[in-house]
Amino acid sequence: MDLYEYQGRDLFERHGLPVLAGGVATTPEEARAIAERLGGRVVVKAQVKVGGRGKAGGVKLAEGAEETVARATDILGMDIKGHTVHKVMITVTADVAEEYYFSYLLDRANRTFLCIASVAGGMDIEQVAAETPEKVVKAPIDAVEGVDEAKAREIVSAAGFPAEVADQVVEAAVGLWQAFVAEDATLVEVNPLAKTKDGKLLLLDAKISLDENAGFRHPDHEALVDQATVDPLEQAAKEKDLNYVKLDGEVGIIGNGAGLVMSTLDVVAYAGERHGNVKPANFLDIGGGASAAVMANGLEIVLSDPAVKSVFVNVFGGITACDAVANGIVQALALLEQRGEQVTKPLVVRLDGNNAEAGRAILDGANNPLIERVDTMDGAAERAAELAAAGV
Amino acid sequence: MAIWLTKDSKVIVQGMTGSEGSKHTRRMLAAGTNVVGGVNPRKAGTTVDFDGTELPVFASVADAMKDTGADVTVIFVPPQFTKGAVIEAIDAEIPLAVVITEGVPVHDTAAFWAYNVAKGERTRVIGPNCPGIASPGASNAGIIPADITGTGRIGLVSKSGTLTYQMMYELRDIGFSTCVGIGGDPIIGTTHIDALAAFEADPDTDAIVMIGEIGGDAEERAAEFIKANVTKPVVGYIAGFTAPPGKTMGHAGAIISGSAGTADAKKVALEAVGVKVGKTPTETAKLMREIMSGR
Repeated sequence: MDLYEYQGRDLFERHGLPVLAGGVATTPEEARAIAERLGGRVVVKAQVKVGGRGKAGGVKLAEGAEETVARATDILGMDIKGHTVHKVMITVTADVAEEYYFSYLLDRANRTFLCIASVAGGMDIEQVAAETPEKVVKAPIDAVEGVDEAKAREIVSAAGFPAEVADQVVEAAVGLWQAFVAEDATLVEVNPLAKTKDGKLLLLDAKISLDENAGFRHPDHEALVDQATVDPLEQAAKEKDLNYVKLDGEVGIIGNGAGLVMSTLDVVAYAGERHGNVKPANFLDIGGGASAAVMANGLEIVLSDPAVKSVFVNVFGGITACDAVANGIVQALALLEQRGEQVTKPLVVRLDGNNAEAGRAILDGANNPLIERVDTMDGAAERAAELAAAGV
Repeated sequence: MAIWLTKDSKVIVQGMTGSEGSKHTRRMLAAGTNVVGGVNPRKAGTTVDFDGTELPVFASVADAMKDTGADVTVIFVPPQFTKGAVIEAIDAEIPLAVVITEGVPVHDTAAFWAYNVAKGERTRVIGPNCPGIASPGASNAGIIPADITGTGRIGLVSKSGTLTYQMMYELRDIGFSTCVGIGGDPIIGTTHIDALAAFEADPDTDAIVMIGEIGGDAEERAAEFIKANVTKPVVGYIAGFTAPPGKTMGHAGAIISGSAGTADAKKVALEAVGVKVGKTPTETAKLMREIMSGR
């Protein structure tokens, strides 16, 4: 889960790291209250999870409460690269003398964590690394030993931070590592890490990603999810513990196992090239041990997507038994009918593996004209794409 | 012969008394795996009956090894306890630990992996979030269905469970020496490269299927390794060509961030070193079939 800048600022503040005083507002009136509390000159920043908001007019200075209200009114509701602004962060301003870069992140290739630090901050670090690699320090961090003062000092010295801020950067580096671990983050990036004209160190921006697998240790992280931007179908799926991602196409996809479902999306997209360029409408993994009830829930979600014109159920029964999947499909259709919902979208089903014969017999026995059985994955994808193209 | 898991392997199950653990212990026994016991400190000294096979429960991995000579552990404990369970296995210096558990926090995996490295990597860790390892006809450690295919001379290494099963099914008439599911998490113990090296050295493996997916650069690094070290033919498949960037596709590690981790980049890297990459699982199986029939 990626956090908004204001959530990152709050998180840093909670962990005792130096940030600018501020708050977040969803209305101009809330913005006024924050401006009055902070006093003086403030900066109003659009909260969107996309770069380039300054250029788009999403970052403005304001003097006093009235001007803050005016700027917040301008920015709230603005569209920045397809993202609607629902919140603005308001902070006091800082007189910045120098900008640095500091981050901790997951290093998949080396199966550990990495610290990236540079005295050339305020711009895209990938660009700095490409143009002046000598200005970027990459230090592997041992997941067990972590970052103590000595390790932090090593990094600060290697990156060449100026002597007058070195102690403050060391302190921030240790504090940031502690926050990184305590919050189960996979990325904390501070760009810029700034020195003010009076020599103080400040964390001026925050890009933070949290590990959703660690949710059981962090009940508070749930509140960080921005409901306004969650797709309603994804939300409904989540409530039913389904692993669903909404996509842009017309062929609904249900499968078991993340890899097989990803592969199904590809096969359908290839088939779509021959059938009106239809594409997969979603990713839905009903899991390795899927039952009839899970299949019914999944089918309900996929069928409720108005963009879906046909559905491809692609199951390889490993642990999952295909007869349970077939029963799930038949029961789900009956259930939806009982609720008075008219199911008209055709289903193409491919079952292989554990109890496939029994599963196929159940589908054939159901005698439902909406269900079409195809025995190979490629063949079924072709048929599902063809049906979707006909239904568009 | 096979890699890492043979008919002589003695397997214990951490979490054998839990619902997933007991279900799959039963399946492993049915597949002919030599399961010799389980670990649960609260039930140490008791036994569990699996359709007539009485398996002892031990207080620790070390105790189980001492008593049974176990050399493989399969871990089914819930995510909260996985780090502790793996560290216990590493401390006992068991040669192979297969971590099935899904949903392990990446900080926990990073911690047990760093711990393993500090201890000199005496334990091979497979997973987490993986289906395990199967040497058809010999032994099965994990949740890979045992009845898909018989023994043969293809080696398989895959990030994905169900794609592993699909590929085993497609090539079931030829058969496999060993199938390894390494898992789709951002940090995993055993990598594609480890499996490629083992298959290259295995006299009973003639050719290798490698299944990858979007996210990270493991497939690109595997391609470099193949160029320098693998003489046996390798066929590849990558899932996620049409996945949009920034969306996690089921596996915690399956995400394209910026321009990194795309299926195209992986395909290009593999093809550049002579690996034939199939467009679909079926096409990939066909490529392997052509190689095996030429032998």
